[in-house]
Amino acid sequence: MWVQDVVFWILAVAVIVPALGVVLVKDLFRAVLLLVVVFIAVAGFFVMMSAEFLGVVQVLIYAGAVSILVIFSIMLTRDVQRGNLPNRMQIPAVVLSALLLATLVWTATQTEWNLIDPGQQDRVDLVQTSSVSLVTDEALLASGFVTEEEQSAARQAGLADLLIGDFVLPFEAVSVLLLAAVIGALALVRTR
Amino acid sequence: MTLENMLIVAAILFAIGLYGALARRNVLVVLMSIELMFNGVNLTLVAFAKYVAPAGLAQDLTQNIGGVLTGQVFAVFVITVAAAEIALGLGIVFAMYRSTGSIDLSDATLLRS
Repeated sequence: MWVQDVVFWILAVAVIVPALGVVLVKDLFRAVLLLVVVFIAVAGFFVMMSAEFLGVVQVLIYAGAVSILVIFSIMLTRDVQRGNLPNRMQIPAVVLSALLLATLVWTATQTEWNLIDPGQQDRVDLVQTSSVSLVTDEALLASGFVTEEEQSAARQAGLADLLIGDFVLPFEAVSVLLLAAVIGALALVRTR
Repeated sequence: MTLENMLIVAAILFAIGLYGALARRNVLVVLMSIELMFNGVNLTLVAFAKYVAPAGLAQDLTQNIGGVLTGQVFAVFVITVAAAEIALGLGIVFAMYRSTGSIDLSDATLLRS
């Protein structure tokens, strides 16, 4: 699995270095372009962690829509000359971020996570990668779904089933939230 | 690639975003930093979905197999909320630019009496 490790480290560098660039670079336009690099590298991470649908959504929404919106606002506000200045809270912000990072890293390394045991990782990967598509009988058998109940359970697990099934209330709430956000944004930028 | 590595990368991304949101004066950079933080959270959610066993899965695979997708569903919601946030945030940036002529957060003193 050394290929996976190499890709992981490349993606890790491609996330962290441009992310530092986003907050430190003086030129706002370059900051947005670096932000796009971060988004695409995060999409790569999603694909690596068998979340293909999220990878596609990440490219469409973040690298496509959000970055274009930010570029438009940079163009329209014409405040690029002053660039990306720090405020007076520079040192407290660095200290706070470093403390938070230390806490998170400590938690991530010290906690005993209830990991999926390696024998089942193949099946979990299959369910996750086929969460938006049909899964063939051969793939099911190859991943160890032997009995009839296991196969039908694996076939029924999908992102759409969860979104419309167990999570239907948050799903509807989020659609209302999006509508409210669009109306609010229009009301804010409307010229009277 | 293990769960710990993934969590540490996500934590670094979140910390960078937090620094940017706290210490920068340009409101667009603050918005971009918040997007970085959202991405760190999404990475964490997807990593947990891939590596951490949901309740009931350890004993019987047929029992709760949809549980391995819960983290991805959460990430979908986070992405949606982030899209709403950026739309509304940029609307506020425009309103602020129109009223003060600047997108510097140090100039946003409208509510200070």
